[in-house]
Amino acid sequence: MTNTTDWKAKINPLVLGIQPSGIRRFFDLVAEMKGVISLGVGEPDFVTPWHIREACMYSLEKGYTMYTSNHGLLELREAIARNIAAACGVAYNPRHEILITVGVSEGLDLAVRTILCPGDEVLIPEPSYVSYAPVTIMAGAKPVFLKTSAENGFRINAAMVEKAITPKTKALILCNPNNPTGATLDRKHLLEIAEVVRAHDLIFISDEIYGRLTYVGEHTCVPSLPGMRDRTILLDGFSKAYAMTGWRVGYAAGAQDFIAAMTKIHQYTMLCAPVTAQAAALEALRNGESGMKKMVDQYNRRRRLVIKAFHEMGLPCGEPRGAFYAFPDIRSTGLSSEDFAQQLLQEEKVAVVPGNAFGEQGEGFVRCSYSASINDLTEAFKRMNSFVRRRARKGQVLTFSPGKSGIKKEDICQTM
Amino acid sequence: MLLKGGITVSGNRCKRKEILEIIENDARLNAEQIAAMLDMAEDEVVRIIKEMEEEKIIAGYFTVINWDKVGEEKGSAIIEVKITPQRDLGFDAVAMRICRFPEVKTVRLMSGAYDLVVYIEGQTMREVAAFVTQKLAPLEHVLSTATHFVLKTYKLQGTLVEEDGEEDRRLMITP
Ligand SMILES: Cc1ncc(COP(=O)(O)O)c(C=O)c1O
Repeated sequence: MTNTTDWKAKINPLVLGIQPSGIRRFFDLVAEMKGVISLGVGEPDFVTPWHIREACMYSLEKGYTMYTSNHGLLELREAIARNIAAACGVAYNPRHEILITVGVSEGLDLAVRTILCPGDEVLIPEPSYVSYAPVTIMAGAKPVFLKTSAENGFRINAAMVEKAITPKTKALILCNPNNPTGATLDRKHLLEIAEVVRAHDLIFISDEIYGRLTYVGEHTCVPSLPGMRDRTILLDGFSKAYAMTGWRVGYAAGAQDFIAAMTKIHQYTMLCAPVTAQAAALEALRNGESGMKKMVDQYNRRRRLVIKAFHEMGLPCGEPRGAFYAFPDIRSTGLSSEDFAQQLLQEEKVAVVPGNAFGEQGEGFVRCSYSASINDLTEAFKRMNSFVRRRARKGQVLTFSPGKSGIKKEDICQTM
Repeated sequence: MLLKGGITVSGNRCKRKEILEIIENDARLNAEQIAAMLDMAEDEVVRIIKEMEEEKIIAGYFTVINWDKVGEEKGSAIIEVKITPQRDLGFDAVAMRICRFPEVKTVRLMSGAYDLVVYIEGQTMREVAAFVTQKLAPLEHVLSTATHFVLKTYKLQGTLVEEDGEEDRRLMITP
């Protein structure tokens, strides 16, 4: 007993104040059930292509088991530089402008810690990836949310950014395509946003981990926009496009001074990314392009299946244009995101992630990942369909007994 | 007109290819699912599949079965066959004769040390052996055969048939 109290007093209040991820809570619930089809997984359902795994084994046989330079294997940085140049026409010097990180996760943390001082403000779209706000808070800074909604297609715009800027604003973190909504920002919108970022001398932290998973239109790489290369920290990695989440390897690219500063933190906290993962990443870039494109084709086919399924269910769902998530509007069921997810799980054994896990603006929505097999998707949507229909009927009954209708926020918290 | 026609044909070819890519890995998907996956009308998918069946682009639908697991004895072998090509007909006439036997599952013309590779399946090894000695080897124009019995199958039609060990290992919920 005394122990617990002692520890609470000793934990950094910043850390103490961070709420455990909403996803985590839901995970515990799902973990206890059997026969669940999960559309709650934020990673590819493909296993890493065999040639990549095989190259990694070969690297082990050859004795690649040591630290690499802090920056990562030069060969890998060179391959990344070539890849970025080919994909977005931006040149980075592999010696000074690219840092291999332990996934985009580490790159994000480094970028934020490198630039933020206590009191700084960071603009973060909402809903968006769960890590942005916590890493900002842990760096002593303050997240300022750019609230997007279904009405604007979950897209931020230049006016929103402009309006949120104060003298304390230091940076904008943007994930394009977006997790959890699948929304993408086209070149025109990005240009307008970039202009505001430049005008106010902000830094653009651009998480482009889903860039290759763009199905409608073309992905625009932020540093490729005029005047943006040197004020952008580009974060990307191998987790999603090459189905390599468990390898933990990614990279940051940016101006030499940025990267040098990030490398200072990296060298004392991480030393280097795992060499086996770096060897695998090198193989992915050398020979993985066609296999990656095949996976992208498959996501795209499933994506269309998903759009149709929600349409048939009568749940409004903006067209997901990137990543592998759909973000349907479940408000017509009269349920909160968490109740929807929880009841769907209990009644139909289908797991989705409540939208509010990605910020308040996600309330009323759920995230469905379509990185699942066609069979699983088909079965999951069949189950979800009957769930939604039952709810629709119930909703009608409820309107006749007003005492029971309307879900209060308090109820939701108690059930979780 | 010409240009327009050209575009339609290539558009059609593209759709054909996409449909084939989908059913190559799962022939059980129905037209409705395929239509949704490709953003096409269902009856268009039905029509294109029918066309391809008629043109023998789609030559059949099969199930990948690991007979070893059924516990029934089965014998199969790969046979290298050397043949004398015939004037005007080349290898085709002999190959077609071999194809007609129902035990013969696959026949291919090969470059290199022999001409045809014939894959046959019978109830038992003995049956397979009997087929080679009594039916295949004595055929006119067949010069020689070399039979290799199959001991174990690991991968079939791009599918690992043994414990593949690559089931979904992901956590149920991740960010
Ligand atoms: C938007 C976004 N950024 C970053 C990450 C983490 O990527 P990594 O595996 O490279 O650390 C994820 C993973 O879900 C993500 O969705």
